[in-house]
Amino acid sequence: MSNVFIAFQKNEETRSIIEAILADNPNATVDDQPGMVRIDAPNTMTIKRETVEEVMGRRFNLQELHINLITLTGHIDETDDEFTLSWKH
Amino acid sequence: MDMKVAKKLGLKERYNLMTRDLDWEPSYQAKEAIYPFLEYEGIKIHDWSKFEDPFRLTMDAYWKYQAEKERKLYAILDAFNQSNGHLGVTDARYINNLKLFLTGVTPLEYMAHRGFAHVGRQLAGAGPRVACLMQSLDEIRHAQTQIHSMSNYNKYYNGFQNWRHQHDRVWYLSVPKSFFDDAVTSGPFEFMVAIGFAFEYVLTNLLFVPFISGAAYNGDMGAMAFGFSAQSDESRHMTLGLEMIKFLLEQDPANVPIVQRWLDKWFWRGYRVLTLVAMMQDYMLPKRVMSWKEAWEIYAEQNGGALFADLARYGIKPPAGWVQACKDKDHLSHQAWAVFYNYGAAAPFHTWTPSAEEMDWLSSKYPDTFDKYYRPRYEHWAEQAKEGNRFYNGTLPMLCTTCQIPMFFTEPDDPTKICYRESDYKGDKYHFCSDGCKDIFDHEPEKYIQSWLPVHQIYQGNCFGPDADPTSPDFNPLMEVLKWYKLEFGQDNLDYEGSPDKKNFEAWRAQATKN
Repeated sequence: MSNVFIAFQKNEETRSIIEAILADNPNATVDDQPGMVRIDAPNTMTIKRETVEEVMGRRFNLQELHINLITLTGHIDETDDEFTLSWKH
Repeated sequence: MDMKVAKKLGLKERYNLMTRDLDWEPSYQAKEAIYPFLEYEGIKIHDWSKFEDPFRLTMDAYWKYQAEKERKLYAILDAFNQSNGHLGVTDARYINNLKLFLTGVTPLEYMAHRGFAHVGRQLAGAGPRVACLMQSLDEIRHAQTQIHSMSNYNKYYNGFQNWRHQHDRVWYLSVPKSFFDDAVTSGPFEFMVAIGFAFEYVLTNLLFVPFISGAAYNGDMGAMAFGFSAQSDESRHMTLGLEMIKFLLEQDPANVPIVQRWLDKWFWRGYRVLTLVAMMQDYMLPKRVMSWKEAWEIYAEQNGGALFADLARYGIKPPAGWVQACKDKDHLSHQAWAVFYNYGAAAPFHTWTPSAEEMDWLSSKYPDTFDKYYRPRYEHWAEQAKEGNRFYNGTLPMLCTTCQIPMFFTEPDDPTKICYRESDYKGDKYHFCSDGCKDIFDHEPEKYIQSWLPVHQIYQGNCFGPDADPTSPDFNPLMEVLKWYKLEFGQDNLDYEGSPDKKNFEAWRAQATKN
């Protein structure tokens, strides 16, 4: 089983996004680096719009992820409600 | 009053309507006449509609989010410049990374823009065409934001002023330049694999992630802003490149060996270009986030390993040079910086020997190799320089015909022996730094015998200005080549110690910290 990961610029918006990821993906681990934050998870990781909205306190469109995204790996499956990275087929 | 509210379309429906649904079947021209480059590489495509952008990004959303990225980026650049942010970097040695970046990488962004504009026109599926259009626009944005960001340094520091002129001429800049020229002169499918896989997935993950995090660590908000902003687009580019690879592999089993050869070739081409990034990371950042070796382990071995484990179900194997590249991680940066230190007179940026403290850091990160093979050299050179015998190599190195890097790499299992490989073709002998580069040449010799090798060109007399007179008794070929490079001797080159950059930075910083 391989890891998937996603990295964001470190700022106020991504603080909420990261908090939401950690709430929804108990296996995820955070690697804090200068200017950026990287989150790894075994095999799969899901970002849920609803959780991000709750943490952020405003409406959130998952495509806003693009603004602060640095890099990622894994197959992407994106809908209006969920953004999933995985090595599943 | 009854109001009928139409339900908002979902992401998948929007993507379908605004990409594939905009396509049409031609009626008065044959498809082969509209897309003439699709067959000669041997790739077989049966159903273009099977290609889908996993991000499902439509043009309207693209404009919206890109505009947002640009506003953020320029706000940071303005703030950084307005507050003389350049005086907040660790020390002015750091700025030499940017000189290498602007002369070596930024012109590639522009070439990527051209390449994707071309390929976006040539692919017969609406999904990849739209994704290529976006990537083409991204790449010109990267070129522009990098030029804007680094133009601020050009106001204060040497070595930036002739970046575009030098990209086409200077010996080590032919390494990244020839990489991209090789890609854009390939067919459309090879280009997609070359850039989507080797450039975006292998190269940018190492350059724009750990190195740019290093820029942030050294106080350069400008590079941090353009680097991470660019990499947010690269996430899309990697995804497009990998999706294209999977698409090719799924369309026809006959595509598998063709794609495997491209992965072998372009992994090695990209890896060789990374030599420059390796030395930036270990030697040119005054404060370091992680070593080249650690970055390689995370972004190449773990990340690339996961990718190749996934591609195995198509019968794809890890690239031919993979094992050697993983062995080299203990040596690459040390050997590269040693060569630049040797040729510090012939490059428009400054070089230095690592300080005692920096050498201790290198020992701790490279416990098996640094003290044994590299520390003695750097200590010897530092000693010599202290005694007034700083050695600048004035003779020209032999270059590898494929990657165009001087032949300094060692044998995979013997770091004390330079690796030499050669091939004969039509009565001439060609030299290579590695099995990987020889293999690439042997498969396409007609392409690589045309390589514009800087050292050969100098010896053939093609790198002097019109006023140079090789028959004059005091003719100095090296100085004439540097003039042709538009390199100001004693200002842009030589050691950091004693350079105008160092003197100015220290004087300005003193002004910034007291009255």
